Amino acid sequence: MAEVHGKTMANLPKLVSPLLQVQDLHVTYVSRAGQKSPALAGLSFEVQPGETLGVLGESGSGKSTLAAALLRLLPANGKIESGAVLFEGRDLLQAEPGVLQRIRGARIAVIFQEPSLALHPMIRIGEQVKDVLAAHESSSRSAMRQKTLQLLGEVFPMDAGHIAESYPHQLSGGQQQRVLIAQAIACGPSLVVADEPTASLDPSTQQEILSLFRKLREKFRLSLILITHNPALLAGFADRVLVMYAGRAAEAGPVEKVLGSPQHPYTRALLQSMPSEIEGHVNQRKSKLAVIAGEAPNFEMLANGCRFEARCADRMELCTKREPAAVNLGESHAVSCFKYGE
Amino acid sequence: MGLSHDKAEPLLIVDNLEKVYARRGVRGTRREVMALQGVSFAIRPESTLALVGESGSGKSTLAFCLACLERPTSGRIIFQGGEITALDEEQQRALRPQIQLVFQDPARSLNPRFSALELVNEPLLVQGRVYKREREDRARTLLAQVGLPQEKALQRAEEFSGGQRQRLAIARALALEPKLLILDEALSALDCSVQAQIANLLLELQSSLGLTYLFITHDFAMAGHLADEIAVMERGKVVEQGAADRVLREPQNEVTRRLIAATPKLSAAVNAPQVG
Repeated sequence: MAEVHGKTMANLPKLVSPLLQVQDLHVTYVSRAGQKSPALAGLSFEVQPGETLGVLGESGSGKSTLAAALLRLLPANGKIESGAVLFEGRDLLQAEPGVLQRIRGARIAVIFQEPSLALHPMIRIGEQVKDVLAAHESSSRSAMRQKTLQLLGEVFPMDAGHIAESYPHQLSGGQQQRVLIAQAIACGPSLVVADEPTASLDPSTQQEILSLFRKLREKFRLSLILITHNPALLAGFADRVLVMYAGRAAEAGPVEKVLGSPQHPYTRALLQSMPSEIEGHVNQRKSKLAVIAGEAPNFEMLANGCRFEARCADRMELCTKREPAAVNLGESHAVSCFKYGE
Repeated sequence: MGLSHDKAEPLLIVDNLEKVYARRGVRGTRREVMALQGVSFAIRPESTLALVGESGSGKSTLAFCLACLERPTSGRIIFQGGEITALDEEQQRALRPQIQLVFQDPARSLNPRFSALELVNEPLLVQGRVYKREREDRARTLLAQVGLPQEKALQRAEEFSGGQRQRLAIARALALEPKLLILDEALSALDCSVQAQIANLLLELQSSLGLTYLFITHDFAMAGHLADEIAVMERGKVVEQGAADRVLREPQNEVTRRLIAATPKLSAAVNAPQVG
């Protein structure tokens, strides 16, 4: 694979092959009663080297299924039906178990939700970071210990030594998240997937974790997929945003387009439902917020049409007939909605 | 109901409240943790006070003291003119229906095996004030009030979505016709579009039932939207309080400024250049 990295390259997608290409991915879960329900239904997107992709979605959009499916880490009742996940030119869905094992944690690292559940409560932090290294490389014990401290130093510039000796319960939520980040970058991956890494944290700790990601993605030329339900978190952080709704991409494009001038009726409605920013409060305070009518769809009830049709303010007759394909609006901004053509 | 509330006496006055927890250290040493230090504020009837602060600032300890679930170490809580900190256990029990709590995560605060109807029924049953026949009618009215469809009344809590479960938690809190609702991070665990729905429901209920809210949160944007007044807490102390507009526009305290600055802003996508 051509070793091309860096931000400037991310602007030239035609010349550089994407680091990750997800093509028409379908995932279903099977209930104990044997009933199938789709979680991802034809999702496609790309991540360029050095790029940060924000994946925006609410409960049931399939965003966490996506994180698990990329590395085939779905629970036993989850099944990848079809599609391809091309990473550094290789389809991970076809890869042999041994090959996949060498990619997991080493080339692609995943940070799952809830840092307190991701760490072993009875093992010291240093040991847990070292375990990640030991899973992928062999070297002397002292070299490992040194590398561990160096990694912890990336996320705790002040007191890596002290943290290494601590147990998870002695750390705050923000510190635990930093440990997970140290584990994620331990083997020098080219892609880090973070699923709601800041959901349980205070706003100021949230900002600290985002700054840490900013520093590390620059230093190690990481590509990053940040999965979140909070659009405001992606503003000023992501290069591109993928908006998911009911297992499909509703809209995808540069962050300033998707969040600044959203085109899909769902993205628009979602952004309008947020309380106005602090500066704009005086007139709208205690007034009704705009809401998206109804509930997120239940997959068993989905008919043939657009998944957002029942809740959409702009629905047309066509929307009930079939699912809209992605329409390109230029500047790699794509919207799956019939308003913009068929 | 829903009349102006300008000149009225405060519904709740918190006066110099302190709460000290004694922690036992590793070798039996006693360590004292000051969870609340000299906290004072008042809430007018039918208004909303937002209590904003980070984890560990003492917000939830305060909520527990107000709901008579913890006894403060010193200071007074005066509710509707009566000092509740002076009441004994029995008298507090009689008062509790007036002050109800809604917690952050309805998946954990509601018994998943109970049906919607049972959940809303339970407080009526425990307080034993309504006859059985009337109870079901009352429970159904409550479900309708929070926007849950009648045909879902017999569904179990685990079958509801996150937003619907929070509606259920609100219906349950309303069952005993409280005056004050303490909303302890009640929107934080919900999706953005669902937060908007529940925020609207809270506003509706406030004006139709004349409710008073203590809205505990770390989300300054939502606090600014829902509240008349904002109090900012740090390390067990209220560091700033005032009218919501004033606190948001001219924050006086360093902590307030820091929290406002940390609030993620959508406009950063359009205005600010990418920081590397």
